[in-house]
Amino acid sequence: MFSFIARRLGLLIPTFFGVTLLTFSLIRMIPGDPVEVMMGERRVDPQMHAEALHRLGLDKPLYQQYFDYLSNLAHGNLGESLITRDNVWHEFTTLFPATLELALCAMIFATVLGLLAGVIAALRRGSLFDHGVMGISLTGFSMPIFWWGLILIMFFSVQLGWTPVSGRIDLLYDIEPKTGFMLIDSLLSDEEGAFMDALHHLILPSIVLGTIPLAVIARMTRSAMLEVLREDYVRTAKAKGLSPARVVFIHALRNALIPVLTVLGLQVGSLLAGAVLTETIFSWPGVGKWLIDAISRRDYPVVQNGILLIATLVIVVNFVVDILYGFANPRIRHQR
Amino acid sequence: MHALTRIALAVSLLGAAAMTQAKPLVVCTEASPEGFDIAQYTAATTADASSETLFDRLVDFKPGTTDIEPGLAERWEVSEDGMTYTFHLRKGVKFQTTDYFKPTREFNADDVMWSFMRQYDAKHVWHDKAQHGFPYFEAMGLQNLIKSIDKVDDHTVRFVLNRPEAPFLRDMAMGFASIYSAEYAAQLEKAGQFEQLNFKPVGTGPFIFSRYTKDAQVRFKANPEYFGGKPPADGLVLAITLDSNVRLQRVRAGECQVALYPKPDDIPAIRKDPNLKLAEGEALLIAYVAMNTEHKPLNDVRIRQALNLAFDKNAYIKTLFGEGNAVPAVNPYPSTLLGYNRDIQDWPYDPEKARALLKEAGMEKGLKLTVFTRSGGGPTNPNPALGAQMLQADLAKVGVQLEIRNLEWGELIRRAKQGEHDLLFFGWAGDNGDPDNFLTPNLSCDAAKSGENSARWCNKDFNALLDKARASQDESERAELYKQAQVIFHNDAPWIPLAYPKLFNVMRSNVEGFHLSPLTNNNFATTHAK
Repeated sequence: MFSFIARRLGLLIPTFFGVTLLTFSLIRMIPGDPVEVMMGERRVDPQMHAEALHRLGLDKPLYQQYFDYLSNLAHGNLGESLITRDNVWHEFTTLFPATLELALCAMIFATVLGLLAGVIAALRRGSLFDHGVMGISLTGFSMPIFWWGLILIMFFSVQLGWTPVSGRIDLLYDIEPKTGFMLIDSLLSDEEGAFMDALHHLILPSIVLGTIPLAVIARMTRSAMLEVLREDYVRTAKAKGLSPARVVFIHALRNALIPVLTVLGLQVGSLLAGAVLTETIFSWPGVGKWLIDAISRRDYPVVQNGILLIATLVIVVNFVVDILYGFANPRIRHQR
Repeated sequence: MHALTRIALAVSLLGAAAMTQAKPLVVCTEASPEGFDIAQYTAATTADASSETLFDRLVDFKPGTTDIEPGLAERWEVSEDGMTYTFHLRKGVKFQTTDYFKPTREFNADDVMWSFMRQYDAKHVWHDKAQHGFPYFEAMGLQNLIKSIDKVDDHTVRFVLNRPEAPFLRDMAMGFASIYSAEYAAQLEKAGQFEQLNFKPVGTGPFIFSRYTKDAQVRFKANPEYFGGKPPADGLVLAITLDSNVRLQRVRAGECQVALYPKPDDIPAIRKDPNLKLAEGEALLIAYVAMNTEHKPLNDVRIRQALNLAFDKNAYIKTLFGEGNAVPAVNPYPSTLLGYNRDIQDWPYDPEKARALLKEAGMEKGLKLTVFTRSGGGPTNPNPALGAQMLQADLAKVGVQLEIRNLEWGELIRRAKQGEHDLLFFGWAGDNGDPDNFLTPNLSCDAAKSGENSARWCNKDFNALLDKARASQDESERAELYKQAQVIFHNDAPWIPLAYPKLFNVMRSNVEGFHLSPLTNNNFATTHAK
């Protein structure tokens, strides 16, 4: 097991460098610098432009900027936003709870519904339900998030008035951000009805963000279940006269969950990627919206370190999933 | 009293209390403020959250216009030579009291001095604390224009200029000229918390800063001591909503009372919705195609005139902006500004005449040109790719082959400044409502040298008229000079003027007291929902 973890850890180092190099160069490949973008249609005087670039430390050669960036990272310094001058780590930690809260709700929605739909579809293979679930999940997987979000808003929020259009809570509530998690902050506040309102605001964004993982989990669960249901030990369990529920949930699903677990780990990446669009549609003040804004404003430190932090998170989650997977399936950790 | 009756009464009283409780005005805006120290920034969204809300200036724009009215200066005098401006300050104005600052004195000349000297004087303690510099102050050349700023007494401040500059008064009404509390600055300086000026602002304006939740909302309380009177809304919430579709849905659902900048495509549907109303007006914007007069054969005026004749401007406006959402541009600045020359007739759409002019210029075999346009849309160009294709199609009819280059905005600005383009789709947003603010940056000879003038057009007569108008204090004389300048511009045709886009904000039908500003800033000091 130790060598398995060591091998995985060893892979983290090149991945980490790859991410820093990619983000550093990609954001600089986009034409236009922060000063030009900030001045917009007004354009900039060349001398003023040069002075502003100097002030921001962007007049140094690229290799030196990259070296400074790495050396700051090594000292745990993520730098300051070029626009707000706030510490990048502070901005990230302020916004990340919103993203995490949404991602967790979307994950719960996707996992519960996905597992259920996948199991039932597998048990009723070839039925109308099975075809329906597979058809819908394929559609869900192919759905452009932006379009899907707007459709849901038009129907549920504007036509039916059942859900709020966007935001984390009704704007008439003045909730002081203590933890950054609106569900918790609204509970801590004295404002009556704030918690239910915050929950209400989570419904549509969770559905939109959870749609793709839901489709993936449902399809994965179905195929894993179908495979497991054909195994001898399931047949034996059935022959022993165990109840169908016990056979399905204790014997079959537990083993079918192993590949699903890996998919769940991978979905963390897709949830964070999806958050960029979902947060934009639902005016959700999380890291996705923050990054989009930073890219359009060429806020280099925010883009570089924001993506690095998210990448680190995805790597860590996948690393943990790998280890869990190793525990769940001994064949993996013995592979060379 | 029966228990049930008591409960019913209590509930109805509670309900009545809730009904009468004043609510904040919720405005859905399109981006987060960059910060709150407006002197460091240029974006209109930042101005809405700071200069329009928290601060005042010596003079201000009358709501919804580009006319000047007294602000923190109740009156002012301009010397005969137009070089000395003396401002007499209003007495009894209080700075906002917040949980991070309790003012001990009223507004006076020290505050004005601090606000300008930190931008003007490179040795001022606060000068290099502004990490973004002072883009407006610097870009407008005020460093060179202002000779000195003096405190005459506690309630009088004098600005002496190096040359007469008529737009100076309007400059003083712009966001960067907002007046800060020198006492608060001293408090921050003592504590070594210079950066807090950008995060915890204090001004004299109609609203008091309450809280900014990053990328989500900015909350303000109404300032009960505002010298202009307490705002009718109990407070103001700027709800940051990036997507214009979502902003519209939010105002439809009643989550906001005002939503800024709906898409032109949505305007007809908004007009039909009985729950909504529109505020509309001509913005201080112009869209144009600049023709690089340094490139052959565009240095020949006949070619430039021919291109003006060959382009069907009305079809372009109808397609890109939508019927009624923009006005065809004739002159280099919008018709609401001083000295707009209404006698000039726009170039008609006349491909025949265009072909004749091209032939006369020896281009009967046709010519090849490149046009640069931006990749993403903006207020002066909602659909750059489509607009460029329309120009390409129209010019092809008169034998001009146009190669379209789509460039990202920052890159477009960089290349345009170097003069790499033949034709360039560009736009300009005015800041202070003075014609000079459109003409000098875009069409003067100095701007041609720096590359800001993207037609790279330098006409000595035109330039002399601009200089003369800038030096004059007489509005009617200035108007006359600008009218003459526009005739030269029209005949020499360095641009194809395209459109004066209109500005729209959408609000619930019960919203009152909103004045749409042509300056694209939004002030909610008099706005409330009934």
